[in-house]
Amino acid sequence: MGGLTELLTDYTLRNVALGSALLGITGGVIGGFTMLRRQSLLGDAVAHAALPGVCLAFLLTGTKAPLWLLLGGGLSGWLGALAVLAVLRQTRLSEDAALGTVLSGFFGFGITLLTYIQGGDNANQAGLDKFLFGQAATIVAADVTTMAVLAAVGLGTVALLFKEFKLLSFDPTYAATLGYPTGRLGALLTSLAVVAVMIGLQTVGVVLMAAMLIAPPAAARQWTDHLGHMLGLSALFGAAAGVSGAVISAGTANLPTGPVIIVVASVLLLVSLLFAPRRGLVWAGLAHRRRAQALRRHTRATPEAQP
Amino acid sequence: MNPDVVIILTAALVAVAGSLLGVFLVLRRQSMMSDAISHSVLPGIVGAFWISGGSATLPALVGAAMVGLLTVGSVQLLERSGRLKADAAIGVVFPLLFSVGVILVSLYFRDVHLDLDAVLYGEIAYAPLNTLVLGGREVPESLLLMGGLAALNFIFVTALFKELKVSTFDPGLAATLGFVPAALHYALMTLLSFTTVGAFQSVGAVLIVAFVIIPPACAFLLTQRLAVMLWLSAGIGVLASAAGYGLALWLNSSIAGMIATVLGVIFVACVLFSPLQGLVATQQRRSRQRQEFSARLLLTALHEQTLAPTVSELASRLEWTPALVGPALAHALRAGWLVERSGRFELTEQGRLIQHASFRDVS
Repeated sequence: MGGLTELLTDYTLRNVALGSALLGITGGVIGGFTMLRRQSLLGDAVAHAALPGVCLAFLLTGTKAPLWLLLGGGLSGWLGALAVLAVLRQTRLSEDAALGTVLSGFFGFGITLLTYIQGGDNANQAGLDKFLFGQAATIVAADVTTMAVLAAVGLGTVALLFKEFKLLSFDPTYAATLGYPTGRLGALLTSLAVVAVMIGLQTVGVVLMAAMLIAPPAAARQWTDHLGHMLGLSALFGAAAGVSGAVISAGTANLPTGPVIIVVASVLLLVSLLFAPRRGLVWAGLAHRRRAQALRRHTRATPEAQP
Repeated sequence: MNPDVVIILTAALVAVAGSLLGVFLVLRRQSMMSDAISHSVLPGIVGAFWISGGSATLPALVGAAMVGLLTVGSVQLLERSGRLKADAAIGVVFPLLFSVGVILVSLYFRDVHLDLDAVLYGEIAYAPLNTLVLGGREVPESLLLMGGLAALNFIFVTALFKELKVSTFDPGLAATLGFVPAALHYALMTLLSFTTVGAFQSVGAVLIVAFVIIPPACAFLLTQRLAVMLWLSAGIGVLASAAGYGLALWLNSSIAGMIATVLGVIFVACVLFSPLQGLVATQQRRSRQRQEFSARLLLTALHEQTLAPTVSELASRLEWTPALVGPALAHALRAGWLVERSGRFELTEQGRLIQHASFRDVS
């Protein structure tokens, strides 16, 4: 277990693994709710919409301090999410068109700003484009602290409002009749997705962030019908993908961390889809074959049933 | 050819080729498939690069179409299994394929001419530089490629217009008529993969989504007719290409990014000002309806009076503030329902008829 001892001794790897684990846990828990509310791709739109905010924050402050960039990214990601909701409310466009329009419009503006910055003579700008794919290797202890604070905010809110979020996800109409402010609760859940995206920007980047909100909860969903268990498993899967992605990519030269984390999370999902008890596709296929055989045996045993 | 013209023309062709297909994606509620395909063609491009040993166009098109269809097929397979919802299925498939592509590029093509930045956001400024000799004349390669793709998509849409229309608005009817909606769906996705790869040199694989989805989304807000929607979205794409190029030159920024930004601005303008269902038009219609309704209420208040009332008498009788009475009164006077005689108001014959018609069912 060379990876494990390295994990405990190597400073960089420890930070990367910790940051990725925090992303996996927060993304897994918050993604669980967005998946149940069928807003999985909202995370994708939010992540893309964060890019112009990152660039604007750099233009305004002139620093690459992660805190400012993340705040800018979070703000514009949040605006993007609001834009999607506003387009859905005010026009007859469907959800996919609203997502696609906001995602590509904001991202185009982000690319414009990014190239504008790169065209200027600001020597400080190098590395700003790493927000597209994330660059886990640059994560330092201070970044991990920022991520931990964001994760605490996100997970703390979920813990406080667990009952409300649960009802909102499964039966929004009933929640409304009970007098819960469903509109504001929904907006709060969307804002939490923005928090998760902020944690993920540095690790997996804008383009791949969607998967961190989708794959772990989708995998966890296959193993249980209980929301609490599902969120726990989802956090576990997310953390496992994050840490193992960090360790695997550290072991090979030129292997980028973000994409490896996504591949590990996808493999976890594939295994869950195939082999989870009760919902696993392999068991379903076997049961189907058994039933078909039993039926054939039965029809053979009772010849009068045959034509 | 003038480089400016080549660049604008190439961008416009990308927009036309993309939005011709995008119209059907928006109407079929599959817009995000273009996001999925645009990300997942990356391993297709890498694979083609690997096999052909260079950035040849034809293998890249074939590789991308294959991965595009793989994406569409996997999303459908996951959705059909009943274990994942449609949006989650899309959100799982494309990041995985994209990650595989990025890993392959990082491991094997680090020093080769397959720059990730170029794949992601393209560089249309180089469009006039890459030329082919065709019939003794130098023709920019991407102009030729996008022209071909735009023509292909145009032929597809015009030749199968009826089939596409029926299967988009009524898939059940299309199936009973024998149109095979699934075949049309895969044909659409294949062309979308082609267009995405064709555009990756000029506008990049991620920004192509803006060229495919935003013009149809704008046109959708402006018209209810399919043919008009197709022409409008092509027109919006061309307009944004020219405007975006000018702005990008001025700010020295990414041309494709600026065109996408302009498209976003046009979309916001459509949401606000579309005469059909723009926010402004809707607000105006609502306030007109409110005024008309309060004017009709005003008529009842007048109807039961033997002595013609003044404004303040009307207000106190209806328990309205003067601010409410004013516009309603103005509306009724404009419509000729009332006449004013020295500060007092009386119903006209027309006003009596309107009052009777409005409240016949209530009383």
